[in-house]
Amino acid sequence: MTAQDKSAAAVAEVLSLLEHGGHRGIVVDSPPGAGKSELVVRAARELAGAWEPLIVVAQTNNQVDDLVDRLASAAPDLVIGRLSGQDYQPSPRVSQHATVTVAQQVRDLGGCLVIMGTAAKWATVSQGYWPWAIVDEAYQMRSDMLLRIAPRFSRGLFVGDPGQLDPFSTIEVDRWTGLTWDPMLSAVAVLLRNNPGLPECQLPVSWRLPESAAPVVAEAFYPFTGFTAGTAAGERRVEFSTRAFGFSAVDEAIDLAAGSGWALYELPARHTIRTDSEAVDACVSIAERALQRGMVGYSERAPGGEPIGPGRIAIGTAHRDQAQAIRARLGPLAVRGVTVDTANRLQGREFDLTIVLHPLSGRRDATAFHLEAGRLCVLCSRHRHACVVVARAGIPELLDAHPHTEPVHLNVPAKFPDGWEANQAVMAHLAERKVRAQ
Amino acid sequence: MSALTAFARAQAVSDGVAQPVSTVRHVHIADRPLVLVALTLAGEANAPLAVMAGDDPESAELLVVSQPRNRDQRFAFAARLASIVVGYIDSYRSLTETVRSGRDGERQRLAAAPQILVPNPATAAFVRLLGRSTRLRRPDGEHAVDPAVPVLGRWLTFLAERNEVPGSCLLLAMTQALALHWASGQSAVEDLNLAALMGWIDPPAGVTGLEAALAAEDPLAWPPAGPATDPVFDNEVLARLITECSRPGVSAARQQIAVLNMQNALRGQLVPTWNLMWRSVTLLRSLPAGAHVAARWDSDRDAFTSYCEHLRDGGPPQPRRDSAVAAASRLNSLERAQASYAAQRAFDDPLVLAQYRLTGEAFGGLVTAADPDRLDTSSSRRKLRPLITLSTQDPLRIEAGDTVISPARPSQSAVVTSVTSDAGGALVVLELAGGMGRALKAAPGSVPAIGERLCYTTLSDRFQPRGSFPAREDTPWTHGGPPPGYVATLGDVTEDWS
Repeated sequence: MTAQDKSAAAVAEVLSLLEHGGHRGIVVDSPPGAGKSELVVRAARELAGAWEPLIVVAQTNNQVDDLVDRLASAAPDLVIGRLSGQDYQPSPRVSQHATVTVAQQVRDLGGCLVIMGTAAKWATVSQGYWPWAIVDEAYQMRSDMLLRIAPRFSRGLFVGDPGQLDPFSTIEVDRWTGLTWDPMLSAVAVLLRNNPGLPECQLPVSWRLPESAAPVVAEAFYPFTGFTAGTAAGERRVEFSTRAFGFSAVDEAIDLAAGSGWALYELPARHTIRTDSEAVDACVSIAERALQRGMVGYSERAPGGEPIGPGRIAIGTAHRDQAQAIRARLGPLAVRGVTVDTANRLQGREFDLTIVLHPLSGRRDATAFHLEAGRLCVLCSRHRHACVVVARAGIPELLDAHPHTEPVHLNVPAKFPDGWEANQAVMAHLAERKVRAQ
Repeated sequence: MSALTAFARAQAVSDGVAQPVSTVRHVHIADRPLVLVALTLAGEANAPLAVMAGDDPESAELLVVSQPRNRDQRFAFAARLASIVVGYIDSYRSLTETVRSGRDGERQRLAAAPQILVPNPATAAFVRLLGRSTRLRRPDGEHAVDPAVPVLGRWLTFLAERNEVPGSCLLLAMTQALALHWASGQSAVEDLNLAALMGWIDPPAGVTGLEAALAAEDPLAWPPAGPATDPVFDNEVLARLITECSRPGVSAARQQIAVLNMQNALRGQLVPTWNLMWRSVTLLRSLPAGAHVAARWDSDRDAFTSYCEHLRDGGPPQPRRDSAVAAASRLNSLERAQASYAAQRAFDDPLVLAQYRLTGEAFGGLVTAADPDRLDTSSSRRKLRPLITLSTQDPLRIEAGDTVISPARPSQSAVVTSVTSDAGGALVVLELAGGMGRALKAAPGSVPAIGERLCYTTLSDRFQPRGSFPAREDTPWTHGGPPPGYVATLGDVTEDWS
């Protein structure tokens, strides 16, 4: 069975559950780049085609606009409502479609079969009842948000990536730990704990991650479900339009990443502050050098090759001040469009080349924040071609010195993947693709 | 830990004394707080051993449980503690004041509120657990307790729940309150030792903070502040005394002597912490209060008032667990309190604001250009929207489009229209709105003038509306459906761990 067949079979299964299953909820787990948005659009079209009014809930305005654009393009006859907040300015992606109505109140979207909006906006809607809801990025939605939205719909399709970052709160209290409706948990976790019989489907193929990355990410972050790459080895490759002049570790790292999909650019061991200037410099020079060398990506989308410009390169960090420091150091390149952001904000995005400042680089301790599996998973699964990780030496030793000490609570199911183990797995893979900075 | 706190800790080590990390006091200290120091028996879950409590430094009341494993004695202790704590709280329940509410409504609020001070977060947890184990008890039926016990439990639970609210001061852990104002030369974990922390902040004459903190590690000189006791004291003193007190077939007179001996030994363990607590109170009082401290205390008094009304109307005790709706709605109010507490502290205190300046969430600079009469004519109604330019050397994490506020001008909001880098710093252009009067010309002094030094921050103390949640009986299927209503059951009084 080819990757296309496997993927199509999974989607067909979800759609048939939607139509005939009779379940109140369906959960679809999707690894990075497995066509989650396409599934949302397909499901919305199926439901709307059967004249079932539905709402679509996504987490950010950007995500909603993206879904609106995709759905309106796929179904030009469908009348779509875009429910928005007060400060929302319709993006060109939305306003180009004549079938899309933008309004702040549900009553102004009367004729729309499909109404799409952010979770925060839907939470303020106190009237109306729809037979169906599709919740996108449901693992990034906190369960208290679902509590506010759930009275609006009868049945729900929850789509999301379980490997990404969990939602968080600024409050640290443990009074709800162990309750099945703990408001700090993700919407899907609460949904499944209160409704254990709901069907869970998996999308089996990642179209984004190359053959070199899919097994690594699957093993570290999706240990039970796994997934495969949609492209075969050799289908994606990177070439350079120039040859490196002289020899530098940066070039070596870029060559290694281009050839094998991964590289670890290792700086000498040192305890540093978060905005480690050498690590910042390393991230920037790798991005600069990759652009200077004129990378060209060959893939199933562009068999004849396509230059990897600044817009296709991202630098990912754990903290906002690190992203800020890199942006400041990047200077004019940032203006030309290299994306620099934290893991939280890179969720759901896709690039050709990513440069990752490892969350544990230069740290003295391994806190739960820096060990969180979702953070590393987001950073390591944004790329279509190659990923270069920049880190201080000594991360495996740091991990060994900080074994798991989180308390175990009653009535809390063990969470997989474990961040400590996922970090070890990724470092073990990178250890063979290490380049030492001179 | 912010970079500034880390620096202050290093400074504390080199100077040998704790360094201030705030310029004003961020906690309310009541005129007559109730200090409560507690000890529990090692090896038993939250079994009270002794409590020293009182609102007067000169007269501490000591309660001792001579056999902490005896459940009857435990609840007799709770009844005696109730007479102190509930008696203290009740003394605040009579005097009310009238405050405005809404546009032209009025409501009554209690003019003062109780404040309970405990040495450390672990004692606050003891208060919560004691409340948990007493609030569902019944004065009748099987396992009947003194009617004061469940009332105590409700109040302790109320206080412990307020303790979770950022900025609330009804129940305050002293080590946390002190650490908010001073950075010691030790780790955050070591700061949980009140004697060591006070050693850094206020060392005796001729001794450095480090030496004072080291001395505080000797449990003979400075017994632990509770609720855990010193294990050596447990083995060598307490074990023998407890055996003496409950030896069968001993005359009443000898037993009384044994109890007195135990009281004296425990008094010796508690008095040093008791004195430290009152010294800390004096120290905190010596700081000037931050501008928003009174407003936060007002909301504490509102909460106290509404709980008094709840009790007066015969409301039920706090449930064992929050229902789905209650949990979500509580999290919502905690998050709103957290956001406004963070903003208020930064607005009140330049040293707290400096921490945000270091992370780029605030910036300070000199006004280098101002256009105070600029009008926004893009819509049919002209609006006064002055522009000012700030030159700053701070690291910036703001972008065009962000809204910022200056603590010096809280009623005026500013939208960042552009950020351009300049030699060694940046130029930030702000468009101002609000706080300039109603005319199309800004009231004098309402627009920052050239040469003025100002800070702006993205933190905001703006009112955030409560989230809307479904009613409890409408709990959706995703969260397990509507929960059954509370019915008092025998299970409440026979829970084996209480």
